[in-house]
Amino acid sequence: MDLRGRQVIAIGERDGVPGPALARCAELAGAEVILQMTHCFV
Amino acid sequence: MARRVVVRGARTFLAHAPGLVRYGSKPARDLARHEDLWPALAARLRPFAAAAAYPPHRVFLGALHPDDLARIPRPWFGVERAPAGAPDDARGPHGYLVPEEALYGLMKADDEFDLLWLTESFAAQARARLSLHPLAEPADVERVGQGKPERAIAARLGEPGALPLFLRDGRLVGCMQRAHEEDPSLAADVLLENLATKTTAGMALRTLVADGLAEPATVEYVLNAGEEAVGDRYQRGGGNLGKAVAERAGCLDASGADVKAFCCGPVAALVVAGALVAAGVFDRVAVVAGASLAKLGMKYHGHLATGHPVIEDVLAGIAALVTRDDGRSPVLRLDAVGRHPVAAAGSQQAILEALAVKPLEGLGLRLGDVDKFATELHNPEATEPAGSGDVPRLNYRMLAALAAGRKEIARDEIEAWVAARGMPGFAPTQGHIASAVPFLAHAVDGLVARRLRRVMLLAKGSLFLGRMTQMSDGLSLLLEANEG
Repeated sequence: MDLRGRQVIAIGERDGVPGPALARCAELAGAEVILQMTHCFV
Repeated sequence: MARRVVVRGARTFLAHAPGLVRYGSKPARDLARHEDLWPALAARLRPFAAAAAYPPHRVFLGALHPDDLARIPRPWFGVERAPAGAPDDARGPHGYLVPEEALYGLMKADDEFDLLWLTESFAAQARARLSLHPLAEPADVERVGQGKPERAIAARLGEPGALPLFLRDGRLVGCMQRAHEEDPSLAADVLLENLATKTTAGMALRTLVADGLAEPATVEYVLNAGEEAVGDRYQRGGGNLGKAVAERAGCLDASGADVKAFCCGPVAALVVAGALVAAGVFDRVAVVAGASLAKLGMKYHGHLATGHPVIEDVLAGIAALVTRDDGRSPVLRLDAVGRHPVAAAGSQQAILEALAVKPLEGLGLRLGDVDKFATELHNPEATEPAGSGDVPRLNYRMLAALAAGRKEIARDEIEAWVAARGMPGFAPTQGHIASAVPFLAHAVDGLVARRLRRVMLLAKGSLFLGRMTQMSDGLSLLLEANEG
Protein backbone atom coordinates (compact mmCIF):
# COMPACT_ATOMS: atom_id res chain seq x y z
CA MET A 1 0.00 0.00 0.00
CA ASP A 2 1.34 3.43 -0.91
CA LEU A 3 0.20 6.18 1.43
CA ARG A 4 2.75 8.79 0.41
CA GLY A 5 1.24 12.25 0.49
CA ARG A 6 -1.64 11.07 2.67
CA GLN A 7 -2.48 12.03 6.23
CA VAL A 8 -3.68 9.29 8.55
CA ILE A 9 -5.64 9.17 11.77
CA ALA A 10 -4.86 5.82 13.44
CA ILE A 11 -7.37 4.68 16.04
CA GLY A 12 -6.45 1.37 17.64
CA GLU A 13 -8.38 -0.90 19.95
CA ARG A 14 -7.41 -2.49 23.24
CA ASP A 15 -8.69 -5.91 22.17
CA GLY A 16 -7.55 -5.51 18.59
CA VAL A 17 -4.62 -3.68 17.00
CA PRO A 18 -3.15 -0.93 19.20
CA GLY A 19 -2.84 2.65 17.88
CA PRO A 20 0.98 2.80 17.82
CA ALA A 21 1.11 -0.36 15.68
CA LEU A 22 -1.39 1.10 13.21
CA ALA A 23 0.55 4.36 13.12
CA ARG A 24 3.82 2.55 12.46
CA CYS A 25 2.31 0.63 9.56
CA ALA A 26 0.91 3.82 8.08
CA GLU A 27 4.27 5.57 8.43
CA LEU A 28 6.06 2.69 6.75
CA ALA A 29 3.62 3.07 3.88
CA GLY A 30 4.65 6.72 3.57
CA ALA A 31 1.77 8.42 5.39
CA GLU A 32 1.96 11.33 7.77
CA VAL A 33 0.23 10.23 10.96
CA ILE A 34 -1.49 13.31 12.37
CA LEU A 35 -3.19 11.55 15.27
CA GLN A 36 -2.85 8.13 16.82
CA MET A 37 -4.57 6.76 19.87
CA THR A 38 -5.79 3.52 21.36
CA HIS A 39 -9.30 3.18 22.67
CA CYS A 40 -10.95 0.70 24.97
CA PHE A 41 -14.46 0.07 23.67
CA VAL A 42 -15.67 -1.72 26.75
CA MET B 1 9.15 -22.38 51.27
CA ALA B 2 6.03 -20.34 50.57
CA ARG B 3 2.76 -21.74 51.80
CA ARG B 4 0.17 -23.05 49.38
CA VAL B 5 -2.72 -20.68 48.88
CA VAL B 6 -6.32 -21.36 47.91
CA VAL B 7 -9.37 -19.40 46.84
CA ARG B 8 -11.92 -20.46 49.43
CA GLY B 9 -14.87 -19.05 47.53
CA ALA B 10 -16.24 -16.18 45.52
CA ARG B 11 -19.58 -14.39 45.42
CA THR B 12 -21.25 -11.83 43.18
CA PHE B 13 -23.84 -9.11 43.60
CA LEU B 14 -26.07 -7.21 41.19
CA ALA B 15 -28.25 -4.20 41.81
CA HIS B 16 -30.81 -3.20 39.22
CA ALA B 17 -30.31 0.54 38.79
CA PRO B 18 -32.42 1.86 35.90
CA GLY B 19 -33.04 5.13 37.74
CA LEU B 20 -29.29 5.77 37.87
CA VAL B 21 -28.68 5.12 34.16
CA ARG B 22 -29.04 8.87 33.56
CA TYR B 23 -25.86 9.32 35.66
CA GLY B 24 -23.76 6.95 33.61
CA SER B 25 -21.04 8.97 31.90
CA LYS B 26 -22.36 8.63 28.34
CA PRO B 27 -26.05 9.26 29.10
CA ALA B 28 -25.16 12.15 31.44
CA ARG B 29 -23.03 13.84 28.80
CA ASP B 30 -25.62 13.35 26.09
CA LEU B 31 -28.51 14.47 28.31
CA ALA B 32 -26.62 17.64 29.23
CA ARG B 33 -26.61 18.51 25.54
CA HIS B 34 -30.01 17.10 24.56
CA GLU B 35 -32.46 16.96 27.44
CA ASP B 36 -35.18 15.83 25.04
CA LEU B 37 -33.33 12.54 24.65
CA TRP B 38 -34.61 11.31 27.99
CA PRO B 39 -38.08 10.01 27.05
CA ALA B 40 -36.64 7.67 24.39
CA LEU B 41 -34.02 6.39 26.81
CA ALA B 42 -36.47 6.04 29.70
CA ALA B 43 -38.85 4.03 27.52
CA ARG B 44 -36.17 1.36 27.08
CA LEU B 45 -35.32 0.93 30.78
CA ARG B 46 -36.21 -2.60 31.86
CA PRO B 47 -38.44 -3.51 34.78
CA PHE B 48 -36.88 -5.56 37.57
CA ALA B 49 -38.50 -8.83 36.46
CA ALA B 50 -36.85 -8.53 33.03
CA ALA B 51 -33.46 -7.85 34.59
CA ALA B 52 -33.93 -10.85 36.90
CA ALA B 53 -34.86 -13.16 34.02
CA TYR B 54 -32.07 -11.92 31.77
CA PRO B 55 -29.85 -14.97 31.13
CA PRO B 56 -26.47 -13.17 31.34
CA HIS B 57 -27.44 -11.85 34.79
CA ARG B 58 -28.44 -15.36 35.84
CA VAL B 59 -25.03 -16.62 34.75
CA PHE B 60 -23.35 -13.83 36.72
CA LEU B 61 -25.29 -14.96 39.79
CA GLY B 62 -24.61 -18.66 39.22
CA ALA B 63 -28.15 -19.74 38.33
CA LEU B 64 -26.88 -20.72 34.88
CA HIS B 65 -23.42 -21.86 33.79
CA PRO B 66 -21.74 -19.91 30.97
CA ASP B 67 -21.92 -23.07 28.84
CA ASP B 68 -25.72 -22.99 29.30
CA LEU B 69 -25.78 -19.46 27.95
CA ALA B 70 -24.07 -20.61 24.76
CA ARG B 71 -27.12 -22.80 24.09
CA ILE B 72 -29.70 -20.03 24.61
CA PRO B 73 -30.56 -18.35 21.30
CA ARG B 74 -30.23 -14.60 21.12
CA PRO B 75 -31.60 -12.09 21.71
CA TRP B 76 -31.19 -12.96 25.35
CA PHE B 77 -33.25 -9.97 26.37
CA GLY B 78 -36.16 -11.73 24.72
CA VAL B 79 -36.14 -14.28 27.54
CA GLU B 80 -38.87 -12.86 29.72
CA ARG B 81 -38.99 -15.55 32.37
CA ALA B 82 -36.67 -18.02 33.99
CA PRO B 83 -37.49 -21.64 33.18
CA ALA B 84 -39.77 -23.42 35.63
CA GLY B 85 -37.95 -25.01 38.51
CA ALA B 86 -35.01 -22.58 38.27
CA PRO B 87 -33.72 -21.07 41.49
CA ASP B 88 -35.23 -17.85 42.74
CA ASP B 89 -34.39 -15.18 40.19
CA ALA B 90 -33.35 -12.70 42.81
CA ARG B 91 -30.84 -15.15 44.29
CA GLY B 92 -28.55 -17.34 42.27
CA PRO B 93 -26.13 -19.77 43.89
CA HIS B 94 -23.42 -17.11 43.75
CA GLY B 95 -25.30 -13.99 44.71
CA TYR B 96 -28.28 -11.67 44.84
CA LEU B 97 -29.90 -9.25 42.47
CA VAL B 98 -31.69 -6.45 44.31
CA PRO B 99 -34.20 -3.93 42.92
CA GLU B 100 -33.42 -0.22 42.86
CA GLU B 101 -35.54 0.48 45.93
CA ALA B 102 -33.28 -1.83 47.96
CA LEU B 103 -30.15 -0.39 46.31
CA TYR B 104 -30.99 3.15 47.43
CA GLY B 105 -31.71 1.82 50.92
CA LEU B 106 -28.40 -0.01 51.05
CA MET B 107 -26.54 3.06 49.78
CA LYS B 108 -28.20 5.17 52.46
CA ALA B 109 -27.20 2.60 55.09
CA ASP B 110 -23.61 2.88 53.82
CA ASP B 111 -23.64 6.70 53.80
CA GLU B 112 -21.50 7.76 56.77
CA PHE B 113 -21.74 11.50 56.11
CA ASP B 114 -25.48 11.96 55.53
CA LEU B 115 -24.93 13.10 51.97
CA LEU B 116 -27.63 10.93 50.42
CA TRP B 117 -31.07 12.14 51.40
CA LEU B 118 -34.20 10.10 50.77
CA THR B 119 -37.70 11.50 50.93
CA GLU B 120 -39.72 10.44 53.95
CA SER B 121 -42.15 8.42 51.87
CA PHE B 122 -39.41 6.64 49.94
CA ALA B 123 -37.32 6.00 53.06
CA ALA B 124 -40.29 4.06 54.45
CA GLN B 125 -40.51 2.09 51.21
CA ALA B 126 -36.76 1.41 51.19
CA ARG B 127 -36.85 0.25 54.82
CA ALA B 128 -39.71 -2.11 54.04
CA ARG B 129 -37.91 -3.45 51.00
CA LEU B 130 -34.64 -3.90 52.86
CA SER B 131 -36.26 -5.62 55.82
CA LEU B 132 -37.27 -8.41 53.42
CA HIS B 133 -33.71 -8.98 52.25
CA PRO B 134 -31.84 -11.89 53.84
CA LEU B 135 -28.56 -9.95 53.97
CA ALA B 136 -29.97 -6.80 55.54
CA GLU B 137 -29.49 -6.59 59.29
CA PRO B 138 -31.96 -4.67 61.47
CA ALA B 139 -29.16 -2.11 61.91
CA ASP B 140 -29.07 -1.56 58.15
CA VAL B 141 -32.80 -0.89 58.09
CA GLU B 142 -32.37 1.53 60.99
CA ARG B 143 -29.52 3.33 59.20
CA VAL B 144 -31.86 4.13 56.31
CA GLY B 145 -33.55 6.48 58.78
CA GLN B 146 -36.82 8.32 58.50
CA GLY B 147 -35.89 10.36 55.45
CA LYS B 148 -36.19 14.10 54.91
CA PRO B 149 -39.24 16.21 54.13
CA GLU B 150 -39.77 16.64 50.42
CA ARG B 151 -39.51 20.41 50.78
CA ALA B 152 -36.05 20.04 52.34
CA ILE B 153 -34.91 17.93 49.41
CA ALA B 154 -36.47 20.38 46.97
CA ALA B 155 -34.57 23.18 48.69
CA ARG B 156 -31.28 21.31 48.36
CA LEU B 157 -31.98 20.64 44.72
CA GLY B 158 -32.61 24.36 44.25
CA GLU B 159 -29.03 25.04 45.31
CA PRO B 160 -25.94 24.19 43.26
CA GLY B 161 -24.22 20.86 43.72
CA ALA B 162 -27.00 18.38 44.47
CA LEU B 163 -28.19 15.62 42.14
CA PRO B 164 -31.79 14.43 42.12
CA LEU B 165 -32.28 10.68 42.52
CA PHE B 166 -35.06 8.93 40.62
CA LEU B 167 -36.60 5.51 40.21
CA ARG B 168 -37.09 3.94 36.80
CA ASP B 169 -40.60 5.37 36.63
CA GLY B 170 -39.30 8.91 37.08
CA ARG B 171 -40.40 9.31 40.69
CA LEU B 172 -38.11 11.63 42.69
CA VAL B 173 -36.92 9.73 45.77
CA GLY B 174 -34.09 11.87 47.11
CA CYS B 175 -30.86 13.65 46.32
CA MET B 176 -27.11 13.21 46.53
CA GLN B 177 -25.19 16.18 47.86
CA ARG B 178 -21.67 17.37 47.40
CA ALA B 179 -19.36 17.38 50.41
CA HIS B 180 -17.45 20.54 49.55
CA GLU B 181 -18.29 23.65 47.59
CA GLU B 182 -15.02 23.89 45.69
CA ASP B 183 -13.75 20.31 45.52
CA PRO B 184 -14.50 18.44 42.29
CA SER B 185 -13.34 15.21 43.95
CA LEU B 186 -16.18 15.56 46.46
CA ALA B 187 -18.85 16.59 43.97
CA ALA B 188 -22.21 14.85 44.18
CA ASP B 189 -21.71 12.76 41.05
CA VAL B 190 -18.30 11.53 42.23
CA LEU B 191 -19.60 10.68 45.69
CA LEU B 192 -22.62 8.90 44.20
CA GLU B 193 -20.28 6.80 42.11
CA ASN B 194 -18.04 5.97 45.07
CA LEU B 195 -20.95 5.15 47.34
CA ALA B 196 -22.41 2.78 44.72
CA THR B 197 -19.04 1.08 44.50
CA LYS B 198 -18.78 0.73 48.28
CA THR B 199 -22.29 -0.71 48.56
CA THR B 200 -21.96 -3.25 45.75
CA ALA B 201 -18.52 -4.44 46.87
CA GLY B 202 -19.76 -4.66 50.44
CA MET B 203 -22.82 -6.67 49.50
CA ALA B 204 -20.70 -9.18 47.59
CA LEU B 205 -18.52 -9.60 50.66
CA ARG B 206 -21.54 -9.92 52.91
CA THR B 207 -22.87 -12.66 50.62
CA LEU B 208 -19.55 -14.48 50.98
CA VAL B 209 -19.96 -14.25 54.75
CA ALA B 210 -23.63 -15.27 54.74
CA ASP B 211 -22.80 -18.34 52.66
CA GLY B 212 -20.23 -19.49 55.20
CA LEU B 213 -17.25 -18.89 52.92
CA ALA B 214 -15.74 -16.17 55.10
CA GLU B 215 -15.86 -15.54 58.82
CA PRO B 216 -15.76 -11.76 59.26
CA ALA B 217 -13.91 -11.86 62.56
CA THR B 218 -11.03 -13.80 60.99
CA VAL B 219 -10.54 -11.73 57.82
CA GLU B 220 -7.33 -9.78 58.31
CA TYR B 221 -7.11 -7.67 55.17
CA VAL B 222 -9.52 -6.48 52.50
CA LEU B 223 -8.13 -5.51 49.11
CA ASN B 224 -10.44 -3.37 46.99
CA ALA B 225 -9.75 -3.73 43.29
CA GLY B 226 -12.28 -1.28 41.84
CA GLU B 227 -11.23 1.59 39.63
CA GLU B 228 -13.16 4.40 41.29
CA ALA B 229 -11.20 7.34 42.67
CA VAL B 230 -12.02 7.85 46.35
CA GLY B 231 -10.35 10.90 47.82
CA ASP B 232 -10.49 14.67 48.01
CA ARG B 233 -8.81 17.50 46.15
CA TYR B 234 -5.44 16.88 47.75
CA GLN B 235 -5.40 13.13 47.08
CA ARG B 236 -7.76 12.33 44.26
CA GLY B 237 -8.00 8.56 44.14
CA GLY B 238 -6.26 8.22 47.51
CA GLY B 239 -8.41 5.19 48.04
CA ASN B 240 -8.65 2.52 50.70
CA LEU B 241 -12.21 1.70 49.95
CA GLY B 242 -11.07 -1.75 51.06
CA LYS B 243 -11.16 -0.75 54.70
CA ALA B 244 -14.47 1.07 54.27
CA VAL B 245 -15.97 -2.13 52.87
CA ALA B 246 -14.42 -4.18 55.68
CA GLU B 247 -16.09 -1.92 58.24
CA ARG B 248 -19.57 -2.37 56.76
CA ALA B 249 -19.10 -6.12 56.30
CA GLY B 250 -18.29 -6.55 59.98
CA CYS B 251 -14.63 -7.49 59.41
CA LEU B 252 -13.66 -5.66 62.59
CA ASP B 253 -10.18 -7.15 62.87
CA ALA B 254 -9.31 -6.29 59.28
CA SER B 255 -7.58 -3.39 57.66
CA GLY B 256 -7.32 -2.93 53.94
CA ALA B 257 -5.93 -1.20 50.90
CA ASP B 258 -6.77 -0.70 47.25
CA VAL B 259 -5.04 -2.31 44.27
CA LYS B 260 -5.36 -0.21 41.12
CA ALA B 261 -4.63 -1.66 37.70
CA PHE B 262 -7.57 -0.57 35.53
CA CYS B 263 -9.63 -3.59 34.48
CA CYS B 264 -7.05 -6.14 35.61
CA GLY B 265 -7.23 -4.79 39.17
CA PRO B 266 -9.18 -7.77 40.53
CA VAL B 267 -6.74 -10.33 39.11
CA ALA B 268 -3.85 -8.20 40.40
CA ALA B 269 -5.51 -8.08 43.82
CA LEU B 270 -5.95 -11.86 43.84
CA VAL B 271 -2.24 -12.25 43.11
CA VAL B 272 -1.32 -9.76 45.86
CA ALA B 273 -3.71 -11.48 48.28
CA GLY B 274 -2.18 -14.83 47.43
CA ALA B 275 1.32 -13.48 47.98
CA LEU B 276 0.36 -11.99 51.37
CA VAL B 277 -1.02 -15.35 52.50
CA ALA B 278 1.83 -17.37 51.01
CA ALA B 279 4.38 -15.17 52.77
CA GLY B 280 2.59 -15.60 56.08
CA VAL B 281 1.77 -11.90 56.44
CA PHE B 282 -1.95 -12.70 56.76
CA ASP B 283 -3.95 -15.93 56.76
CA ARG B 284 -7.17 -14.65 55.24
CA VAL B 285 -7.40 -11.84 52.72
CA ALA B 286 -10.63 -10.79 51.04
CA VAL B 287 -10.59 -9.29 47.55
CA VAL B 288 -13.55 -7.08 46.67
CA ALA B 289 -14.54 -4.99 43.67
CA GLY B 290 -17.59 -2.81 43.38
CA ALA B 291 -19.62 -1.28 40.62
CA SER B 292 -18.69 1.18 37.92
CA LEU B 293 -21.63 3.59 37.95
CA ALA B 294 -20.03 5.62 35.16
CA LYS B 295 -20.57 2.70 32.78
CA LEU B 296 -24.34 2.53 33.21
CA GLY B 297 -25.92 3.06 29.82
CA MET B 298 -22.49 3.29 28.17
CA LYS B 299 -23.71 1.77 24.88
CA TYR B 300 -27.31 2.97 25.13
CA HIS B 301 -27.29 4.68 21.74
CA GLY B 302 -26.63 1.36 20.04
CA HIS B 303 -29.36 -0.30 22.08
CA LEU B 304 -31.89 2.36 21.16
CA ALA B 305 -30.94 2.17 17.50
CA THR B 306 -31.39 -1.60 17.32
CA GLY B 307 -34.51 -2.16 19.40
CA HIS B 308 -32.68 -3.44 22.46
CA PRO B 309 -33.59 -2.43 25.97
CA VAL B 310 -30.87 -0.48 27.77
CA ILE B 311 -28.75 -3.53 28.62
CA GLU B 312 -26.34 -1.71 30.96
CA ASP B 313 -28.80 -1.17 33.79
CA VAL B 314 -27.14 -3.07 36.63
CA LEU B 315 -24.37 -2.29 39.09
CA ALA B 316 -22.17 -5.26 39.99
CA GLY B 317 -19.87 -6.38 42.77
CA ILE B 318 -17.57 -9.32 43.38
CA ALA B 319 -15.83 -10.71 46.47
CA ALA B 320 -13.47 -13.62 47.06
CA LEU B 321 -11.54 -14.99 50.00
CA VAL B 322 -7.92 -16.12 49.69
CA THR B 323 -6.61 -18.33 52.50
CA ARG B 324 -3.97 -20.91 53.44
CA ASP B 325 -4.42 -24.34 51.92
CA ASP B 326 -7.46 -26.09 53.33
CA GLY B 327 -6.91 -29.29 51.34
CA ARG B 328 -10.11 -28.74 49.38
CA SER B 329 -10.41 -25.35 47.70
CA PRO B 330 -8.75 -24.54 44.37
CA VAL B 331 -5.04 -23.78 44.55
CA LEU B 332 -3.87 -20.36 43.37
CA ARG B 333 -0.62 -21.16 41.55
CA LEU B 334 1.62 -18.28 42.52
CA ASP B 335 4.41 -19.92 40.55
CA ALA B 336 2.45 -19.39 37.33
CA VAL B 337 1.40 -15.75 37.36
CA GLY B 338 1.54 -14.34 33.86
CA ARG B 339 2.47 -10.71 33.38
CA HIS B 340 2.87 -8.43 30.40
CA PRO B 341 6.24 -6.75 30.91
CA VAL B 342 7.09 -3.24 29.77
CA ALA B 343 9.54 -4.54 27.20
CA ALA B 344 6.99 -6.86 25.56
CA ALA B 345 5.27 -5.84 22.37
CA GLY B 346 1.73 -4.50 22.58
CA SER B 347 0.13 -6.71 19.95
CA GLN B 348 -2.63 -9.05 21.05
CA GLN B 349 -0.45 -12.02 20.16
CA ALA B 350 2.39 -10.73 22.32
CA ILE B 351 0.07 -9.98 25.23
CA LEU B 352 -1.58 -13.39 25.16
CA GLU B 353 1.74 -15.19 24.78
CA ALA B 354 3.01 -13.37 27.87
CA LEU B 355 -0.16 -14.00 29.86
CA ALA B 356 -1.13 -17.50 28.77
CA VAL B 357 1.69 -19.36 27.04
CA LYS B 358 4.69 -18.33 29.12
CA PRO B 359 3.37 -19.17 32.61
CA LEU B 360 2.08 -22.53 31.39
CA GLU B 361 5.41 -23.32 29.74
CA GLY B 362 7.07 -22.65 33.08
CA LEU B 363 5.03 -25.51 34.52
CA GLY B 364 5.61 -27.75 31.53
CA LEU B 365 2.01 -27.31 30.42
CA ARG B 366 0.32 -26.44 27.15
CA LEU B 367 -2.70 -24.25 26.43
CA GLY B 368 -4.72 -27.44 26.05
CA ASP B 369 -3.97 -28.38 29.66
CA VAL B 370 -6.27 -25.56 30.80
CA ASP B 371 -9.94 -26.56 30.81
CA LYS B 372 -11.38 -23.05 30.84
CA PHE B 373 -9.91 -19.64 30.13
CA ALA B 374 -11.74 -16.68 31.63
CA THR B 375 -10.80 -13.52 29.79
CA GLU B 376 -12.70 -10.32 29.05
CA LEU B 377 -16.26 -11.51 29.66
CA HIS B 378 -18.31 -8.54 28.51
CA ASN B 379 -21.83 -9.44 27.41
CA PRO B 380 -21.83 -9.14 23.60
CA GLU B 381 -25.48 -8.15 23.68
CA ALA B 382 -24.31 -4.94 25.36
CA THR B 383 -21.38 -4.25 23.05
CA GLU B 384 -22.36 -5.47 19.57
CA PRO B 385 -25.27 -3.05 18.96
CA ALA B 386 -22.83 -0.19 19.49
CA GLY B 387 -20.29 -1.59 17.06
CA SER B 388 -17.84 -2.76 19.71
CA GLY B 389 -17.97 -6.40 18.66
CA ASP B 390 -17.91 -9.58 20.70
CA VAL B 391 -14.89 -8.93 22.89
CA PRO B 392 -14.69 -12.36 24.58
CA ARG B 393 -14.89 -14.11 21.23
CA LEU B 394 -12.09 -11.95 19.83
CA ASN B 395 -9.88 -12.95 22.73
CA TYR B 396 -10.78 -16.64 22.55
CA ARG B 397 -10.14 -16.80 18.83
CA MET B 398 -6.73 -15.24 19.38
CA LEU B 399 -5.95 -17.79 22.10
CA ALA B 400 -7.09 -20.62 19.83
CA ALA B 401 -4.97 -19.22 17.02
CA LEU B 402 -1.99 -19.32 19.38
CA ALA B 403 -2.79 -22.97 20.12
CA ALA B 404 -2.95 -23.64 16.37
CA GLY B 405 0.29 -21.78 15.79
CA ARG B 406 1.93 -23.96 18.42
CA LYS B 407 0.59 -27.08 16.68
CA GLU B 408 -1.55 -28.00 19.66
CA ILE B 409 -4.60 -28.06 17.41
CA ALA B 410 -5.31 -27.98 13.70
CA ARG B 411 -6.64 -24.78 12.15
CA ASP B 412 -10.04 -26.36 11.55
CA GLU B 413 -10.29 -27.13 15.26
CA ILE B 414 -10.24 -23.47 16.28
CA GLU B 415 -14.01 -23.10 16.62
CA ALA B 416 -14.33 -26.27 18.71
CA TRP B 417 -11.44 -25.13 20.92
CA VAL B 418 -13.13 -21.76 21.48
CA ALA B 419 -16.41 -23.47 22.37
CA ALA B 420 -14.78 -25.92 24.77
CA ARG B 421 -12.24 -23.74 26.55
CA GLY B 422 -13.92 -20.37 26.20
CA MET B 423 -17.37 -19.15 27.08
CA PRO B 424 -19.83 -16.53 25.90
CA GLY B 425 -19.57 -13.12 27.52
CA PHE B 426 -22.12 -12.62 30.26
CA ALA B 427 -20.78 -9.87 32.49
CA PRO B 428 -22.24 -6.39 32.67
CA THR B 429 -19.87 -3.89 31.06
CA GLN B 430 -18.72 -2.74 34.48
CA GLY B 431 -15.01 -2.26 33.73
CA HIS B 432 -12.89 -4.32 36.10
CA ILE B 433 -15.90 -6.43 37.04
CA ALA B 434 -16.08 -7.93 33.54
CA SER B 435 -12.43 -8.83 33.36
CA ALA B 436 -12.02 -12.59 34.01
CA VAL B 437 -13.30 -12.56 37.61
CA PRO B 438 -17.02 -13.08 36.82
CA PHE B 439 -16.08 -16.73 36.18
CA LEU B 440 -14.27 -17.09 39.51
CA ALA B 441 -17.23 -18.46 41.49
CA HIS B 442 -18.04 -20.87 38.62
CA ALA B 443 -14.36 -21.87 38.54
CA VAL B 444 -14.31 -22.65 42.25
CA ASP B 445 -17.47 -24.78 41.86
CA GLY B 446 -16.03 -26.71 38.92
CA LEU B 447 -12.60 -27.21 40.45
CA VAL B 448 -13.98 -28.38 43.80
CA ALA B 449 -16.36 -30.78 42.03
CA ARG B 450 -13.46 -31.96 39.81
CA ARG B 451 -15.37 -31.11 36.67
CA LEU B 452 -12.39 -28.89 35.91
CA ARG B 453 -8.69 -29.43 36.53
CA ARG B 454 -7.31 -26.03 35.65
CA VAL B 455 -8.76 -22.59 35.02
CA MET B 456 -6.83 -19.53 33.90
CA LEU B 457 -8.06 -16.03 34.69
CA LEU B 458 -6.63 -13.65 32.15
CA ALA B 459 -7.28 -9.92 32.46
CA LYS B 460 -6.26 -6.88 30.45
CA GLY B 461 -6.05 -3.26 31.49
CA SER B 462 -6.19 -0.13 29.34
CA LEU B 463 -3.49 1.96 30.97
CA PHE B 464 -3.45 4.39 28.05
CA LEU B 465 -6.85 5.73 29.11
CA GLY B 466 -5.18 7.68 31.92
CA ARG B 467 -2.79 9.35 29.44
CA MET B 468 0.31 8.52 31.46
CA THR B 469 1.57 5.85 29.07
CA GLN B 470 0.68 4.43 25.68
CA MET B 471 0.87 0.92 27.10
CA SER B 472 -1.82 -1.55 27.97
CA ASP B 473 -1.32 -4.23 30.58
CA GLY B 474 -2.40 -7.69 31.53
CA LEU B 475 -2.11 -10.26 34.27
CA SER B 476 -3.10 -13.90 34.53
CA LEU B 477 -3.39 -16.48 37.24
CA LEU B 478 -3.89 -20.20 37.23
CA LEU B 479 -6.26 -22.08 39.52
CA GLU B 480 -5.95 -25.83 39.98
CA ALA B 481 -8.11 -28.46 41.61
CA ASN B 482 -6.73 -29.23 45.07
CA GLU B 483 -5.23 -32.69 45.16
CA GLY B 484 -5.02 -32.53 48.95
